[in-house]
Amino acid sequence: MLQIDNLSAEVAGKPILKGLSLAVNAGEIHAIMGPNGAGKSTLGYTLGGRPGYEVTGGSVRFDGQDLLALEPHERAAAGLFLGFQYPVEIPGVSNVQFLREALNAQRRSRGEEPLSGGAFLKLAREKAALLRMDMEMLKRPVNVGFSGGEKKRAEMVQMGILDPKFAVLDETDSGLDIDALRICGEGINAIMRKPDKAVLLITHYQRLLDYVKPDYVHVLAGGRIVKSGGPELALQLESEGYEAVAA
Amino acid sequence: MTVAFPLPTRKDEDFRYTDLAALAGVWPVAAEEISVPAGGQGSLVLTPEGAVPTARHIVLTLADEARFDMRVLTVGPAFGRVTIDVRLGRAASFTLGAAQLGGHGETLELITEVTHTAPDAISRQVVRTVLGNKAVGSYLGRVAVERGAIGTDAVQSVRAMLLDRTATANARPELEIYADDVKCAHGCAVGELDATGLFYLQSRGLSPAEAKRLMLQAFVAEAFVGAPDEDTLNAAALAALGALL
Repeated sequence: MLQIDNLSAEVAGKPILKGLSLAVNAGEIHAIMGPNGAGKSTLGYTLGGRPGYEVTGGSVRFDGQDLLALEPHERAAAGLFLGFQYPVEIPGVSNVQFLREALNAQRRSRGEEPLSGGAFLKLAREKAALLRMDMEMLKRPVNVGFSGGEKKRAEMVQMGILDPKFAVLDETDSGLDIDALRICGEGINAIMRKPDKAVLLITHYQRLLDYVKPDYVHVLAGGRIVKSGGPELALQLESEGYEAVAA
Repeated sequence: MTVAFPLPTRKDEDFRYTDLAALAGVWPVAAEEISVPAGGQGSLVLTPEGAVPTARHIVLTLADEARFDMRVLTVGPAFGRVTIDVRLGRAASFTLGAAQLGGHGETLELITEVTHTAPDAISRQVVRTVLGNKAVGSYLGRVAVERGAIGTDAVQSVRAMLLDRTATANARPELEIYADDVKCAHGCAVGELDATGLFYLQSRGLSPAEAKRLMLQAFVAEAFVGAPDEDTLNAAALAALGALL
């Protein structure tokens, strides 16, 4: 589904990703772990197409398309979802309005009929319930006044509504208390653990992986994947640290 | 006998940023007087738009405890100038919500003078301006608190959003206070759309134009909160924003 080959990227002229390669197939969940500054978030933003994250080499194919040739909104319509480590507040724009417009923009570009207001609200209610989020919160402006945990749950509600093929989740576990971590983990499983979908989980800690069991774990250090393995690699990292394992 | 109204010059503070050539075509501007009696209520909506240059001058007098709600939506592409002079009696209340949207080379101006003449009057001004291309948008607003107008409560909230570096926003909120025990707040900011917010919206599937429109719609809507015809004004602003992007 996603094929990253020898990807290099820089931010403000500083090389961050230095020849990263990774393949993710449909039905798989991959975890990327690594120390601070390894390039984890840069990988997420580069895949999402954030301005300022400049690709200097390599390629990324997504479902047979050249992902890097697409604009951010075209990547979304193609089925990519980027879960933000720090979800952005948009004053004055309600979640419901934003998500309905976003979903219908995606549907239009795929040649599908837009969803009616009623059908959209039904969908939103269902996904909010999955993440134990009050529908009233979705009527409020996007992320404004939300706690750290509420923002992350709102991200997962967005993911549920937009129903992507592939999700890159950047530290979805940061800022979550124990209950919210479980709710988010179960949400990711319910929405994304399907034979035709895949997930790239970017995380610092093993704890999210207790709920979302990865098929593969990779260690990202110095801008490339330095080690790959099964779920046991995450446990080994947790007990021995990045330095010992990635050396 | 003829009374001469010479065309103002740029040395006149209230005309410092105006488009003199366009102004000459509509000069002189007759004042439109509105008085609201004690305890009365009124409202006015101005929506200058289209291809014809317009200039309006509203002179408003609110007697004791009178209330007035005024909304202005000035949309290019022609020159648009709105001047509002307000005198507030005791415990009178004046609300102004104004949006100016320009995306060509037009000059859009809002000039207000709100005078609190007696105690306990309230004035609220919210002005939102969106400018693209070579448009010029100005807000020149003076709040005067006369001697004895204690308990005055005046707010000016003025923000402008520039879509292009070639557009110009002028904002000059002024306070002139001759009474003690008054509350006067003014805030003023000129900025650009938040790039991180735009990327966030685009990452969910909105095109750059759709993402900008959504953020600008929310920005402009602040001027119309609580208006009797809020939905109509928001719809008109949305249509104008669509043409701007």
